[in-house]
Amino acid sequence: MRKLLKHRILWPIGALLALVLLNAVSRPSFLSITVRDGELYGSLIDILRNSAPLMLVALGMTLVIATRGIDLSVGAQMAISGAVALTIISDSKTPGSLGTVAVAILAGVAITFIFGLWNGFLVSVVGIQPIIATLVLMLAGRGIALLITGGFITTITSAPYAQMSQGYLIGFPFAFFVSLGAILVISLVVRRTALGVLTESVGINPEASRLAGVRSRGIVWSVYGVSGLLAGVAGILYSSNIMAADANNAGINIELDAILAVVLGGTSLAGGKFTLAGTVVGVFIIQTLTSTITFLGVPPAVTPVFKALVVIVVCLAQSRRVREWLSRIRPTRTPTTTTTTPVVERIPA
Amino acid sequence: MDVDPVVQVIGASVRFAGDIALDGVDFRMFAGEVHSLMGENGAGKSTLIKAMTGALRLDAGAVLLEGRDVDLSTPAAAQRAGISTVYQEIDLLPNLSVAENIMLGREPRRLGFIDWRRTREAAGQALSALGIDIDPASMLSSHRLATQQLIAIARAISTDVKVLVLDEPTSSLDQDEVDELFRVIRRLKSRGVAILFVSHFLEQVYEICDRITVLRNGVLVGEYVTTELLRLDLVQKMLGKATFDLEQMTTRAPSATPAAAREVKVSAQGISRRNDMLPTDLDIYEGELLGLAGLLGSGRTELARLLTGIDSLDGGRLMIDGVPRRFHEPRQALRHGIAYSSENRKSEGIIAQLSVRENITLALQAERGWFKPIPRNRQDELSASWIEALDIRPADPDRLAGLLSGGNQQKVLLARLLAVAPRLLVLDEPTRGIDVGAKVEIQRLVSELAIDGMTIVFISAELEEVLRISHRVIVLRDREIVAQFDPDEITIETLLTIVAKAEDGT
Amino acid sequence: MTALTETERPAPTISRWRHFLVGKVAWMPVLAAVVILVIMLVAGQAYFGRFVTPRILSSLFVDNAYLIVLAAGMTFVILTGGIDLSVGAVMAFTGMLAAKLMSTGVPAPVVIPLMLIAGAAFGLIIGVMVHYFDVQPFIASLAGMFLARGLCFVVSLEAIQVKNPLVLGLQSVKINMGDWYVTPTVIIALLLVVGATWVLGYTRFGRTVYAVGGNEQSARLMGLHVARTKVLVYVVSGVCAGIAGLLFTAYTAAGYSLNGIGTELDTIAAVVIGGTLLTGGSGYLIGSLVGVLVYGVIKVSITFLGADASWTRITIGILLLAFVVVQRVIVARANRR
Repeated sequence: MRKLLKHRILWPIGALLALVLLNAVSRPSFLSITVRDGELYGSLIDILRNSAPLMLVALGMTLVIATRGIDLSVGAQMAISGAVALTIISDSKTPGSLGTVAVAILAGVAITFIFGLWNGFLVSVVGIQPIIATLVLMLAGRGIALLITGGFITTITSAPYAQMSQGYLIGFPFAFFVSLGAILVISLVVRRTALGVLTESVGINPEASRLAGVRSRGIVWSVYGVSGLLAGVAGILYSSNIMAADANNAGINIELDAILAVVLGGTSLAGGKFTLAGTVVGVFIIQTLTSTITFLGVPPAVTPVFKALVVIVVCLAQSRRVREWLSRIRPTRTPTTTTTTPVVERIPA
Repeated sequence: MDVDPVVQVIGASVRFAGDIALDGVDFRMFAGEVHSLMGENGAGKSTLIKAMTGALRLDAGAVLLEGRDVDLSTPAAAQRAGISTVYQEIDLLPNLSVAENIMLGREPRRLGFIDWRRTREAAGQALSALGIDIDPASMLSSHRLATQQLIAIARAISTDVKVLVLDEPTSSLDQDEVDELFRVIRRLKSRGVAILFVSHFLEQVYEICDRITVLRNGVLVGEYVTTELLRLDLVQKMLGKATFDLEQMTTRAPSATPAAAREVKVSAQGISRRNDMLPTDLDIYEGELLGLAGLLGSGRTELARLLTGIDSLDGGRLMIDGVPRRFHEPRQALRHGIAYSSENRKSEGIIAQLSVRENITLALQAERGWFKPIPRNRQDELSASWIEALDIRPADPDRLAGLLSGGNQQKVLLARLLAVAPRLLVLDEPTRGIDVGAKVEIQRLVSELAIDGMTIVFISAELEEVLRISHRVIVLRDREIVAQFDPDEITIETLLTIVAKAEDGT
Repeated sequence: MTALTETERPAPTISRWRHFLVGKVAWMPVLAAVVILVIMLVAGQAYFGRFVTPRILSSLFVDNAYLIVLAAGMTFVILTGGIDLSVGAVMAFTGMLAAKLMSTGVPAPVVIPLMLIAGAAFGLIIGVMVHYFDVQPFIASLAGMFLARGLCFVVSLEAIQVKNPLVLGLQSVKINMGDWYVTPTVIIALLLVVGATWVLGYTRFGRTVYAVGGNEQSARLMGLHVARTKVLVYVVSGVCAGIAGLLFTAYTAAGYSLNGIGTELDTIAAVVIGGTLLTGGSGYLIGSLVGVLVYGVIKVSITFLGADASWTRITIGILLLAFVVVQRVIVARANRR
């Protein structure tokens, strides 16, 4: 099984290395990292920093997809958490105090966690299809964010809040530590508790899992909660980067990026087996791709074209029809030869 | 008969992922006859039907219609050729009108647009040809299942149909509705249509069918004239004889103390579920190995699912150790030590993409909850010990469960349930579709568990097996319990008679 | 064998009146949407005084003509059980394309068919991905949405003004009937609704759309052209997005890459509020029209209230949720039967 996992993550890593190599060749400055005041700068560092919001959202999306679901509302939830946090800070008399910022962040994240649980409730208890259930919040979420900010783009000045995205810690961008922390916490929770395997079990075969006594409803419910929580943190990072709550543009289209990262990492949209490591690699691929496209002089607004093409290619590559074509081209790997080898049964004497 | 058969299947073979579903089966039907295809689960009935109706392609062999090799590559092609099917789960569209369901795809058109008036008229004619009086403009979903069935037949015969396949058409009909259906079948028969009637209700088969073809394990057993085939013989041909001498020598269930001397573990009082089970009483005693016998559709699986919380009760109640309990989820039954192993190993048992270790520890882990993971070394210990105890092969805990053979998958499933130390274990056809060696091992294991004091309900289509290892045997028929026996006081022939309801000896 | 003893037992006749009711069950959601619309209009009239006036009612159609067209296309897709998230972006792209072409002097009679072809091409790509490659509809159409949105910016980063009198005339020509008025955009939208209603009700393609949504497997076993239909509904939706692009360009007198962001959600909401089941198989185009009007009334009311425009999306979201939950309950009941 370890072999299989290795095998699965090999492709995304290969793609990432190829992208990095391409960049390194076409612009040597890509790999260079400069140290200024004990802080690291360079394209690679930018990728680490800028990928943080997507990383958080994609981690949550991985869990949701593992249960055969999808969360389209992550972008809207980012807008909500940013709006909540910045409104609290801007209304506070001490916008620069650590306490205010902590309260603001906690409030923003708590609210999206509740919204995530709401999504989970609609999916697991009411039984609405995940796309539709989360579509409702995707639709209404930005409206809610706009209401919170009163229809304006709230801007603030608050040093501790700016630290979240723009600051440094022991030489590395602070945002990098946030995404690193999220990766570690989620990996630990998923692999050190039974949640990982139970989530996979529900995603692979809901009925068999039910018969084995797995609380599938609770699992499905909580992954949406986690997804909301992580989207909330991502929203904080985003708003800290621009020091403004932009309800219309915060996290716009991030749901597709996140889905793309998950799929690129090797987790199937059909649910079941998931790989967090793959998603992490997938996020870096997307961020590097964005960086490459910007470098090539393509306006950032056009990047969706490239992402759409990647989505199409990846989805087609996963489809059965294309696999059949491929296996026909390589006759050595026809499906008939890969069927299970019968095991010789021992007949007891 | 001197007439040529209207449809003829020659040497049909089909394999699924290495398993043989049909092995060189010959089959024929004549115009104007009602023919029954009989066999238990996995006999190959549905595979043969699918091959005839264009839903599946044969790996070897041929289907000839009126002696000619016709295109049966898709259901549409088969319909054009004259073979129509009405499936068990009626394949109509509840969101459309009756007229549309009959005429869809061949509506009369004028200038390219559907002429609804003529469509309704044509549908009305098809219905009245069968003697059915309903409004063609009404919605399909507004009609009873039985009527929908007749509408499906109306659709099937509104083309020039030569062969009509009815797959389990009576499974959810009451007696009046069955009579109505039979009236329609006879009408079609008199028009020269060959009708393939597939049903597990022997009564109905004997009432309506002229000839019977029996399949077992993908192989043709024989073709018989209904009036010349005793019911008892039919059931015996369907179920097969104990062909494996080794079985009887290796495993012999320990004789039980009298049932009355033991405490009641589970008491079902009038439990019922619509379409599945008539109100039923059943006491299961502590430490007994209770065998459930019955044909497919007799209610054997339905009863098991009601006892274990898989399906919820419509009526009646369950007493566990003398305390009434309500189960809405299997989880709740598991908490009371009641475990169920499904007959559908692939869809309701194994988690195919998880490893053997993860599969074995799944139920135990689910019971412990999310935050009390079984430590990895404990998992390894557990899976290693179960792999050894049940002789799961290959003995690799990290192999994906989906890659194991059927028998080994069954053992993994058993290990999963045994790992939670259940006090009542309900095994639904644990020996179906696995090879003989694994079968013997599972039988022996079940006996050993019973010796160790576990209460077990054992369901099997193989009467010989049930009789041999059970302490007490209960027979189900038509969704209710019809008899119970001490296995030592009954012969397999008597049991056959009761299962087949053949007291009258037809 | 016992053909002689066969008794002719007539099936119990159910009263015609009950049949009438039963046959109309599918219309109930549409009726519900109409009732909501009427309640909202009455409430608006009671609260604002001058609300139900010919001018405002006319403007409901004029301001939402593009949405009516999008909803018509989306209805086809949702009826098959699919979803098309690309419509807003495709609408923006075709608008951009038209504005760009016309600014370089290409005549409108050439540009307009090109818009429809561009829309159809997007629909075709999505449809092929959905049917032939088993890509989930929302993923395929999400990819289509990104492709279209990105291509907008390829055409131009800035808004392009449209000066073509033919295109602008679609919006600026007002045909007055007393206090009522319509523009050519409204006429196009309503003609399209009538035409599409006809297609859904009176062609084999239309009926196959319902059949696929009812049960794809059954439709295939009945020998219907499932593949063709599933691809074609996305093409229809794409063409509608192209037409909507034309109407929207006429409405705003410009092509702009950020046009129609979130419009796909408004469209889906309108279709669902109009009574089409998201699981497919049940719904009517006229319902989607009513759904768009409900959307329009909400928007106007919020403007009248002087409330924040974001309330529109929130209200629509809540209404959408309410309808989805009700649908879910209905479907669950139907399954239990």
